[in-house]
Amino acid sequence: MRRIRTDITTHIPAMLEYDFMRNAFAAATIVAVVAGAVGYFLVLRSQTFAGHALAHVGFTGATGAVLIGVSPLWGLVLVTLAAGLGMGFMGEKLAQRDVAIGLVLALALGLGLLFLHFFTAYASQATALLFGNVLAVDVQTVWTLLGLGAISIALLAVVSRPLLFASLQPELAEAKGVSLRLYSVLFLAIVALTTAECAQIVGVLLVFALMVGPAAAAMRLTHAVATGVLLSVVLAVVEAWLGLTLAFYTDWPTSFWITALSVAIYLLANLRWPAVVRT
Amino acid sequence: MTAIALRDVRLTLGDRVVLDTITLDIAAGEFVGVLGPNGAGKTTLMRALLGLVPANRGAIQILGRPATRGNPAVGYLPQVHAAPMAGHLSGWDFIASVVDGHRLGLPLTGRAGRREIERALDRVGALALARRPLAEISGGERQRLLLAQALIGSPKLLLLDEPLISLDPRHQTEVIGLVKSLQRELRITVLFSAHELNPLLGVIDRVLYLGSGQAALGTVDEVITGPVLSRLYGSEIEVVRIKGRIFVMSGGHELEGDGHRHDAHAPHSHGHHHAHSGHA
Repeated sequence: MRRIRTDITTHIPAMLEYDFMRNAFAAATIVAVVAGAVGYFLVLRSQTFAGHALAHVGFTGATGAVLIGVSPLWGLVLVTLAAGLGMGFMGEKLAQRDVAIGLVLALALGLGLLFLHFFTAYASQATALLFGNVLAVDVQTVWTLLGLGAISIALLAVVSRPLLFASLQPELAEAKGVSLRLYSVLFLAIVALTTAECAQIVGVLLVFALMVGPAAAAMRLTHAVATGVLLSVVLAVVEAWLGLTLAFYTDWPTSFWITALSVAIYLLANLRWPAVVRT
Repeated sequence: MTAIALRDVRLTLGDRVVLDTITLDIAAGEFVGVLGPNGAGKTTLMRALLGLVPANRGAIQILGRPATRGNPAVGYLPQVHAAPMAGHLSGWDFIASVVDGHRLGLPLTGRAGRREIERALDRVGALALARRPLAEISGGERQRLLLAQALIGSPKLLLLDEPLISLDPRHQTEVIGLVKSLQRELRITVLFSAHELNPLLGVIDRVLYLGSGQAALGTVDEVITGPVLSRLYGSEIEVVRIKGRIFVMSGGHELEGDGHRHDAHAPHSHGHHHAHSGHA
């Protein structure tokens, strides 16, 4: 017992002595908080595929940005935001046409690849964009993520009440004067920002791990909205921290650990527990 | 006081004219059953009363004022109830989303809101249900919760779109009884659309029958007649009454409740009891 305790007290600080680990923890925490909260609404609205789609489109933005010499993060943010707004304006009926979406996604990834091809010097960035490379996050990126995260969370907080109403009971909300279109567009814009942030940690292909896994698990564990959002945030943060720690000690990729934890926690939440959190 | 007044109203969905030149008055405190074949415009009419479908022509007045979205005096129970994932949430959280649901901010319910929810739940006898997730309660219990929700904001007019759909006869009777007692005690006007007339007999004051773009409003004896329904269906209709139940027949087939009730005692007797032909 004492042996383990000394291990923890000496190892955790050891891990945090590295700048890149401190940055990684800061970035992962910020993104996990935002992803947990936004993800809850994403799962509640059954729009998880939209999150996935936005990330794919974001890949094109990131590689395009690299091609013209801009930071890939801004390419991601700009393109996912434009795509999110576009999807919102097109309306849910169009967004649910899976063939059209599938083709757009394929085209987006293909274009991304083409951009990378033109700029071979940065070809190694493909893996980082697709699967994330949180250990390479610098201080400046942490600050950018903090700013973007604050915007996402603030926007979500402002619209959350009508968004919840519109998500749960669209017909009634419409009758009560809530514009379904407006909140659909605003929410997809928030999702787009969050997706761009998530991609910094787990890459565009694995945003599901942070945005969907914790939220879906939280929804299984509690029947209350407020508790659900908080639980989703806590699970996302725990998954991110554990993932980073495991990655540090195993030298396996962080994204692998975060996705593995995300799936494991979701599966655990689906077991028939005697009500864990009841409100 | 008139709860609903329609003057020469035309409603369209896309290019299709759903209802045309409809003029009618429904008095405050009335319980009106809304009937008619699928696609006759029951839902469209309700959406027009809510201000969601604008009238192409004519005027719609609700409680003396033009119909507009977000009128707090109108309670609504839509036919399509909830997002699929909503089943994970408790009835309480589901209902609470309507309280100030149109206002910006965090979805936290204040003390006044909580008291209002409690009062509404208590009124329909659903306080005990509200803590359970929606997916785990029965259809009848869910309608009870949704009725409680429709009462939030103390509406003067309740628009209930097919609240009996997919309920068994026992739960149908329960929901109808509950709505009737709410209508009496709160002195509110109720528009109750249904596929079948029989469960509503004895409860409704008048019936509003829609069909072929037209509407007939009156007592059951006035509206549910061969001539009136023949006009609304655009084909020869017979009305058969057996032991206090009414069957609307076309060429020997029962028209109402098609597919929704399997226990309908379709009268095979060929000695048709013709309904008295009082006109609307």
